[in-house]
Amino acid sequence: MSDSPEPQTTALNLPPITMRSIFLAAAWISSIATYGSAQELSFNRDIRPLLSDRCFHCHGPDEQDRQAGLRLDRAEGSGGAYEWAIVPGSPQKSELYARIMSDDPDTVMPPPDSHKQPLTEQEKERVRKWIEQGAEYQNFWAFEAPVMPQLSAELGVAPIDFFVRQRLRQEGLAPSAPAEKRALIRRLSFDLTGLPPTLAEINDFLSDDSPAAYERVVDRLLNSPHYGEHMAKYWLDLVRFADTNGIHHDHYRELSTYRDWVIRAFNDNLPYDDFVRYQLAGDLYPQPTKDQLIASGFHRLHLIIDVGTALPEESFTRNVLDRVTSVGTAFMGLTVQCAVCHDHKYDPITMRDFYSLYAFFNNIDAEPETGRRSGTDFQRGLQPPYINLPSREQTLRLADLSAEVAAAKARLASLKAALKSTDLPDSVLDESDAGFAELVKQAEQVLKAAETEHDRYLLSIPAAMIMKERTEVRPAHILIRGAYDKPGDVVPRATPAFLPPMDSSADTPSRMDLANWLVDPQHPLTARVAVNRFWQQLFGVGIVRTAEDFGAQGEWPSHPELLDYLAIRFQSNGWNVRQIIKEMVMSETYQQESSATPEAFQSDPNNRLLARASRFRMDSELIRDQVLASSGLLSYRLYGKSVKPPQPAGLWTAVSMPSSYPKEFQADEGEAIYRRSLYTFWKRGMPPPQMTILNAPSREECIARRERTNTPLQALLLLNEQEYLKAACNLAANVLEQDGSELETIRTIYETITTQLPTDKECVAFQSLLSDLEATYHTSPELAQSLCGDITLPKGITAERLAAYTLLASTIYNLDITKTRQ
Amino acid sequence: MQERIFGTDWALARRQFLQTSGMGIGAAVLGSMLPQNLRAQAAAESAVKPAAKRVIFLFMAGAPSQIDLFDYKPDLVNQFRKPLPPSVSMGQRVTAMTKGKEQLVAPSKYKFSQQGDSGIWMCELLPHLSRVADDLCIVNSFNTNAINHDPAKTFVCTGSEIPGRASMGAWISYGLGSMNRDLPDFIVLNSAFWTGGTRNVQALYSRLWGSGPLPSKHQGVKFQTSGDPVLFLSNPRGIDSNIRRRMLDTLGEINQQHFEEIGDPEIETTIAQQEMAFRMQSSVPELTDISQEPQHVLDLYGPEVEKTGSFARNCLLARRMIERDVRFIQIFHRGWDHHTILPKQLPGQCFDVDQPCAALIQDLKQRNLLEDTLIVFSGEFGRTAYCQGTLERDDYGRDHHPRCFSGWLAGGGIRGGMMYGQTDEFSYNVVADSVHVRDLHATMLHQLGIDHERLTFPFQGLDQKLTGVEPARVVREIIS
Repeated sequence: MSDSPEPQTTALNLPPITMRSIFLAAAWISSIATYGSAQELSFNRDIRPLLSDRCFHCHGPDEQDRQAGLRLDRAEGSGGAYEWAIVPGSPQKSELYARIMSDDPDTVMPPPDSHKQPLTEQEKERVRKWIEQGAEYQNFWAFEAPVMPQLSAELGVAPIDFFVRQRLRQEGLAPSAPAEKRALIRRLSFDLTGLPPTLAEINDFLSDDSPAAYERVVDRLLNSPHYGEHMAKYWLDLVRFADTNGIHHDHYRELSTYRDWVIRAFNDNLPYDDFVRYQLAGDLYPQPTKDQLIASGFHRLHLIIDVGTALPEESFTRNVLDRVTSVGTAFMGLTVQCAVCHDHKYDPITMRDFYSLYAFFNNIDAEPETGRRSGTDFQRGLQPPYINLPSREQTLRLADLSAEVAAAKARLASLKAALKSTDLPDSVLDESDAGFAELVKQAEQVLKAAETEHDRYLLSIPAAMIMKERTEVRPAHILIRGAYDKPGDVVPRATPAFLPPMDSSADTPSRMDLANWLVDPQHPLTARVAVNRFWQQLFGVGIVRTAEDFGAQGEWPSHPELLDYLAIRFQSNGWNVRQIIKEMVMSETYQQESSATPEAFQSDPNNRLLARASRFRMDSELIRDQVLASSGLLSYRLYGKSVKPPQPAGLWTAVSMPSSYPKEFQADEGEAIYRRSLYTFWKRGMPPPQMTILNAPSREECIARRERTNTPLQALLLLNEQEYLKAACNLAANVLEQDGSELETIRTIYETITTQLPTDKECVAFQSLLSDLEATYHTSPELAQSLCGDITLPKGITAERLAAYTLLASTIYNLDITKTRQ
Repeated sequence: MQERIFGTDWALARRQFLQTSGMGIGAAVLGSMLPQNLRAQAAAESAVKPAAKRVIFLFMAGAPSQIDLFDYKPDLVNQFRKPLPPSVSMGQRVTAMTKGKEQLVAPSKYKFSQQGDSGIWMCELLPHLSRVADDLCIVNSFNTNAINHDPAKTFVCTGSEIPGRASMGAWISYGLGSMNRDLPDFIVLNSAFWTGGTRNVQALYSRLWGSGPLPSKHQGVKFQTSGDPVLFLSNPRGIDSNIRRRMLDTLGEINQQHFEEIGDPEIETTIAQQEMAFRMQSSVPELTDISQEPQHVLDLYGPEVEKTGSFARNCLLARRMIERDVRFIQIFHRGWDHHTILPKQLPGQCFDVDQPCAALIQDLKQRNLLEDTLIVFSGEFGRTAYCQGTLERDDYGRDHHPRCFSGWLAGGGIRGGMMYGQTDEFSYNVVADSVHVRDLHATMLHQLGIDHERLTFPFQGLDQKLTGVEPARVVREIIS
């Protein structure tokens, strides 16, 4: 991979006008049309999605349901399309074409009772043309290793911009102008750290006229510890991280050390290949580090039922299925779970493939259900195997306590031994030596007290549940129809046949072999899937929109060559996450302005062509963290156990069982409630409404991309939630304390929240709002009192004034531009 | 080609339509004129004229005993304490709680009698429902796959045992859209207490009314039994309705200015949703305020209706929601998991639900709303004929049993006064007219005018459906 080009970020140092002219000049002379004209059809782009959706269900990879012995996912071979369904070059001689054109309900394909959408006229025409052109099949693009695409020598155009503009040219579009500096620093700050820029950071950037000013902000943000927190947020959705077991009682399950590790891994810029290895097989390093062990807790994040009602054999199977599913989604962007009960309908994943993967993950040395409802482990939310992670101080204290327990045990043992050695009948002893029995009793009490103290102290010690392989390999079977109690053939550990072979010297390959296979440069999926998610994070939509599915039913990439370029860049630069993210945000494509004509929004609502910067609603965590940060309430502390900021009363009680642990929600107090949202305690049965109302997933399934909606419940949350209003009040009080004019105060509040300055017209509207509100609060001072009752009034500021400014701040917090990344 | 790359954002298209139409058209018209998406349109067009417009799903979480309530087995009394014949149990899977234990038959201690013109058999624990027997279609052949609560409940509510799929109400909201511009399409009510003891209560999960991969605007809005009925509905202290209105005016004005500068129609959606939130601040309290209900109506629902959060109150609220054209209402009532001392707990549970259920039917009927409102009453599975725990004639318990269970449907084009489906003499296996939970789903959708095969949403490479990949049938025999 040494021949890959260096990033051409130098282009960014040129003034925008120059860049523009170079681009335009290049556009004139460019004759590159890698996409091909409308006449040249590509099987992968134009035909496969169609066949997959309408035909593969009965004429695809799944042998069980295959009709008429025909499979259209292949050209050659037994049952392949060329056998009789398609005659390359001749639509008229092709049975497939006759069938899709038929008017007869008995012969038309897809048949009416399949409930598949009939082909449209355009689609039929496309099939006709493709057959006429030779009906050439291609291997499925996502299962072939990425190839470094041709880069033309457009001077000064970075590769990302090159590919994006190539596509824009084909569509007859041009990129937008660069965004202005305020928009850029706001965009960057949210995209890289999930937090808004401070006024000082804005001013620094505005006053830095050097060409490197933008890059300096990028570097500062990439090196901020909050970068790791923000990157972790996306990963935690993907691996369905939560604080409860998610089934039956929905008990507490302690996984926060895994979250801390993810944050640390991004902040330390752990290469992505190691990031994969640690999680999949961290426990299998010869002498695993603590981090490697903690990361292997990836295998413990699945939902798991607590002991009592289910059959353990069934629970065991469910856990393994869940684990395999997560590996498929998170690392490969494949829906392998579709092959649990039958061969995959669309992708060449057989049941044998699925259970061969299953065989890597069915050998955990752990109970298949979580513990009973008592004991120290239960209280700590732990289930073996786990490791304790005490601090130095805690280690010492724990050693002391253990020593006390040992001493108490020893004393009791020696007393008991002495008792035995007297060798007298019990009755005699009882009568003659009641004092001695009393001593034993005391020693027992001392031991109990020491143990209690020790266990109590243990509760405060962080721990990590980890993966641990049994010494003996557990055989894996194909489970017939996916049923835990219907084992079929035994299958060895192996990777799916349609992907490159796995290197392993051992008789039984290990999870480490599997991890190494995933990050092999020849693996077609791992790097593409990862860079696509990073792209999605920065541009709103992935190059492959279906970030969770790179299979035949996933969507064709908007920029296939760009995806391959990024994947190879990523691999060849040592899987350097920070570097690839930097290359993306340094692109001019990223730095465009996001406003456009309504027509542009209508013709490309999801901005797939990238003729402008994307505009999309921020995730729940960003919205909440923004409110806390800009109002001065946010705690910037990193790491630690989950916290419980206030939520409306009764939510947990309404769904809990009598012995659910925890059963009732108890809000934390003080600094804990102002921590960043990724530390919020996540009960899977009832996640925090501040998050779910804004589309946070429940963390029951691996989610690679969140839904974005705009609902009245979201409006109610942002308008009425007490903590948000408290934040508005806090911000108003802080700014009023600076004793500026009305206009200055308005401008400061507006800039603090939105990074922008208000226009004169906006200022007039805000001034009118303030004067109306102040008048209202003067006539009803009790309203003002109750609005800001908890806040100490700044000197010389009346409650009425503070109340009016609080609502001003709340108004600005509720603006569309505040909750939207743009 | 374009379409494949971009997908087609119908939700967006619809939003844009709403904007260009200025939200001026009544939502009732919109609901019937404008399908949520083409798939839903195809689904709606391909089926018959809908018999029902709305659904009330009464979910008895924990699984009521079908033997003691609906599936009358008079001869079982002769089998007291006899082992369940292996020819009946056929070595089928049982739970960890009774695995390896003797399976001794526990006949029901309750009396059944024939009721109504139809003469269907009703249990003495359900005197009020007995009086509306001619409106009920009792199904004794429901069955499901899961043997534990969590997956079984998830299956009834979402059509899949795997957590995270779209729920029934979400599917229906997605497929049929809204008939009321001021209230959600799908509302969930949870009974805050129950009478049959607190021991046998099972957990609920927000996934049971979630939207899964569907756009989240279709998820159920759970009304709270205390505090704001809808989370964050009330203005905070210090903000009255005039102040809120004044603030929203400025907010709308500035948002509108930003729309003109930026061009993104999503900004207009934000304005519209903030206005809908404001309307909900009056429409929801108006909905939950029962002070204008006449005494004779309150009496119909029984004394418990006075208590906020009671099942009776929730039934009355459901009727008020139906009047306001809420599409799908799901009421959860917990405490039916009677592993032991069943006779101590079942009467209290029946006290909670019997009169309110009957009242709901009568009340809707007298307003001519029963004919186009489908009511479904069901648990997640049934209970075993054999005993768990102490076994006496009048003291016994029952374990989980997925192979058959009972429930009823009423209104919405379903035949009243009939019993459907047969089980063997032990109420153990279905012997005729099986109704799997996915058949129930298909039938519900059919009554709403939706072909369950065509109501789909692409996710994880599949066209997801409420009825899943296994075949499901519309139970035509119970349709009037």
